[in-house]
Amino acid sequence: MLTLKKITKIFNQGTQDEKRALDNFSLEVAKSDFITIIGSNGAGKTTLLNAIAGTIAPDDGQLIVHGQDVTRWPDFKMARYISRVFQSPTMGTAGEMTIEENLCMAELRGKKRGLKWGVTGNRRTRYKEILKVLDLGLEDRLKQSVGMLSGGQRQSLTLLMTTLALPRVLLLDEHTAALDPRTAAKVMDLTDSMVRENKLTTLMVTHNMNQALKYGNRMVMLHQGKVQLDIQGEEKKKMTVAEIIAEFGQTLKDETLLSA
Amino acid sequence: MLYIIPISLEQGLAYALVALGIALTFRILAFPDLTVDGSFPLGGAVAARLIFDGVDPVTSTVIAMAAGFIAGCLTGIFATKFKINSLLAGILMMTILYSVNLRIMGRANIPLLNRATLFTTIENWDMSRDIPVIIFFLVVAALCKLLIDVFLHTEYGLALRATGDNEQMIRSLGVNTDTATIFGLGLSNTMVALAGALIAQDQGFSDVGMGIGMIVAGLASIIIGEALFKPTTVVRLTFAAVLGSVVYRFIISLGMRLGLAPTDLKMATGLMVVIALAIPAIRGKREKKLKLRGV
Repeated sequence: MLTLKKITKIFNQGTQDEKRALDNFSLEVAKSDFITIIGSNGAGKTTLLNAIAGTIAPDDGQLIVHGQDVTRWPDFKMARYISRVFQSPTMGTAGEMTIEENLCMAELRGKKRGLKWGVTGNRRTRYKEILKVLDLGLEDRLKQSVGMLSGGQRQSLTLLMTTLALPRVLLLDEHTAALDPRTAAKVMDLTDSMVRENKLTTLMVTHNMNQALKYGNRMVMLHQGKVQLDIQGEEKKKMTVAEIIAEFGQTLKDETLLSA
Repeated sequence: MLYIIPISLEQGLAYALVALGIALTFRILAFPDLTVDGSFPLGGAVAARLIFDGVDPVTSTVIAMAAGFIAGCLTGIFATKFKINSLLAGILMMTILYSVNLRIMGRANIPLLNRATLFTTIENWDMSRDIPVIIFFLVVAALCKLLIDVFLHTEYGLALRATGDNEQMIRSLGVNTDTATIFGLGLSNTMVALAGALIAQDQGFSDVGMGIGMIVAGLASIIIGEALFKPTTVVRLTFAAVLGSVVYRFIISLGMRLGLAPTDLKMATGLMVVIALAIPAIRGKREKKLKLRGV
């Protein structure tokens, strides 16, 4: 489904601050894989998602989605295949626009946008039905601006928006990190059920090691722009936080990661 | 005192097109577009030159609008493709247009006496021109307002609004925000140039200096309109722009009646905008003022 071949991204090349965020990075993602990605700060997690989403262009290497070379595609073109949920709830929605307008824009992700009316009666009826799934009462607030919602509501809405036009690959960039623990757990449950229900190919970056082990069928640990650990299936299920720390504690001197 | 009402209405509705254009860039796109001071006289220059040379007024006005569209698009290209700061991009275009406008007109001023304009038919009627002209500008302003309202609720219109609201989000949903910005600026300056073309024909001449202070006057109109009519939706925002433009012209006419010198007009308007923008800061409130993207 998604192939990264020897991707390299160097920031500040040729200066003292030179940083190899991704170093000859290769990864083969199978259809319906749900991969959790961990690693200390600066390991290259966000750069990896940015490279896949087309937000940054890699210096070297190849990115292939479903057999098509998309290495040089800009972010707005990658939107055809990829959907992304960001860490901050404010980043995934347009706060001054209404709930139904946000849903409409998401439904048209990667499609041609013309001069047809946006939120039609048909769409509104459908959005009402879909919003009931969230059980947040948003179905009665279609015309309210998204800025009025709480962080958790907004992040749940963003998740729902990604499923309106199913992506080939879903990228989750620490999407529960900015929420309080209880809301984070609810949003994570919602994520899990949506990914399973739609068999979405998903890459989820997280700082929370319990989350990384609990969800998904595969876990990848990054270190200095390379894959340090790649486990899946039974091997992943048997893995514990303690084991990871025992083995990789030296490279994972990241407090946020260990405290989780 | 009552006789200032017709002139305020006429001017307010005519300049409402400028306020609508500025609302589209400053408010919807969050792009502080300063092209307006150049694209307004551009509309006047193109229309006046063509009419002077014998072209019919409708064609001349349409060509003036096209010129405004191109000017706006160029500012958008400067800002997005050449990565020039959005304020500077507008200032550059405004400066370039000053020379362009002089080239188009061939001199600083073109009188349209004894030339057929859009208003000639009205002037031939056996009545005062005041009311028909006010109705004409009311219809034009209402049409432009409605067209913007409808456009901003279409699929592409939503993308354009999101470009000003959350650029990264709408890019990740597949919209080329550079194109949206360029198109939005083109659309805004089309309306501004239309205002220039109509006002030149209404007053019977085009002058290279007629655009000076246009942005500040437009901003003052929007601020007044928003104070009177809270712009919670697009439909309300465009209404506020039109309403504000009329009220602003009324205040100006009143000020002149009470002894304000015409030469002090721009200072008065400028101070009005400064005060309006300063109030939230002085009150210490974190109210949203003008949101500016890419500054």
